[in-house]
Amino acid sequence: MSASATTAPRGRRPIVPFLRLPDEGEPYLVGRRCQPCGAVYLGARRACSRCTAEGPFEEIPLSRKGTLWVWSIVHQSMPGVPVPYVVGVVDLPEGVSVRSNLIDVEPDPAQLRFGMPVEMTTGVSQQDREGNDVVAFYFRPARG
Amino acid sequence: MRDVYVAGVAMIRFGRYPERDVPDLGAEAVLLALKDAGLSIKDVELMAAGCLFQANAMVGQRILQEVGQTGIPVVNVANACATGSTAFREAWLAVASGAHEVALAVGVEQMGKMGLLGGGGGSGIRTEGVIGSGLMPAVFGQAGMEHMRRYGTTQEQFAKVAVKNHKHSTKNPLSQYQNEVGLEDVLKARMVAYPNTLYMCCPTGDGAAAAVVVSPEKARQLGARVKVLASVLTSDPWTERDLTLPDVSTLTRNAARKAYELAGIGPQDLDLVELHDCFATAELLHYENLGLCKDGEAGRMIDEGESAHGGRIPVNVSGGLLSKGHPLGATGVAGIFEVTSHLRGSAGARQVPGAKVGLSHVIGLGSACTINVLGV
Repeated sequence: MSASATTAPRGRRPIVPFLRLPDEGEPYLVGRRCQPCGAVYLGARRACSRCTAEGPFEEIPLSRKGTLWVWSIVHQSMPGVPVPYVVGVVDLPEGVSVRSNLIDVEPDPAQLRFGMPVEMTTGVSQQDREGNDVVAFYFRPARG
Repeated sequence: MRDVYVAGVAMIRFGRYPERDVPDLGAEAVLLALKDAGLSIKDVELMAAGCLFQANAMVGQRILQEVGQTGIPVVNVANACATGSTAFREAWLAVASGAHEVALAVGVEQMGKMGLLGGGGGSGIRTEGVIGSGLMPAVFGQAGMEHMRRYGTTQEQFAKVAVKNHKHSTKNPLSQYQNEVGLEDVLKARMVAYPNTLYMCCPTGDGAAAAVVVSPEKARQLGARVKVLASVLTSDPWTERDLTLPDVSTLTRNAARKAYELAGIGPQDLDLVELHDCFATAELLHYENLGLCKDGEAGRMIDEGESAHGGRIPVNVSGGLLSKGHPLGATGVAGIFEVTSHLRGSAGARQVPGAKVGLSHVIGLGSACTINVLGV
């Protein structure tokens, strides 16, 4: 970080490195695909944890739409984390899954079903120590 | 590898000991296990000590400072919830390899009431409750939901695990909790992470357990009959969603296959099983993972009482982690204590009559799986 960071205008940063926030167009998640075996990961790896090849890996943009594999509703969490919240594992068509909060859905088992179509959205989750906005991704029931 | 026998075991009652410290809890279990074996600390050639929260604090050596600094090699072990059972396996390896005649495993933990809820990451950015949950109740909640999705298992079937294990614990004086809970009580209890309610989650707590393992020659001298038929440790292989939702099943299946092969038995030969019921959902998955029933039949198995004391294959007659407690480092060694007690016929009111072969299974998320099969 440059020496002028403290005086720079407040910026925004993704909550995880595999969330991309382009200047133009919608935010998206990126995967890294092992070219020898096709396994897709979120985030970088020295070698493929499936086939052990040291790459090459290619970066691929991931779909903003997926399906809900499983979910839970968390009623007891770490101090300071508001409850309840809905969490789940979302399968993306590129062959990778991602852990996420589910928003725009009531924390009620009757409102959730396996395989339901979901779509990604983003929002500011918090500020970091330097005062930058930390942008997180969320999934919500697909619209339309 | 040569045969290894369990010569002595002990555990202290799991619970809360805020006035004591980790070396003191561990030392009590060590002295009890040595007495049970008819040995002294001077006979011990290697110690493996498991403690998760103080993994960087030389717990084994600090225990020896309380029971005798004999200068033996000490290995301090950390392997998440499989910490104690990994320590047991290190002791087993020390004797099985022929390097040592007598080895001691001790597992100990003092958890307070916060469980695994540590502070946030070094970045100061909170991800819990923002991009999903990495907390154990949610992880095992979702693992249970996977079973629901595949087989139509119900929340009530998961809840029956808590009813069974709490009932079992009323016969175990060393269990942290020793009270029964009814099915309605379990289902109506405060929700922690769906589908697991409070009674479907193991408690936090303190505890210690120890086991002494010896060579065949030493076992003959001591009259020790309980033999280690298999001691297996696996880590999680690559599976489709393991990096997103820890897969506790595949590494357990791999460990079970290897353990049955080494022991020369099948699941039908087991008289009792102590498995890792950190959450009620986990127990049903492991019925299938350990081959106690076919895939998709775990719900039926709990419905029909097959895993209850007196059933076809009693599971967690100690009360399990759900009621006996789960002081992380102590848990795996306590599993050895439980199975050994039944094989010796010394398990008191909860004795499984005529038990000849028992299995102890532990999962540490991240992930590690141990399976130890003992027999007489």
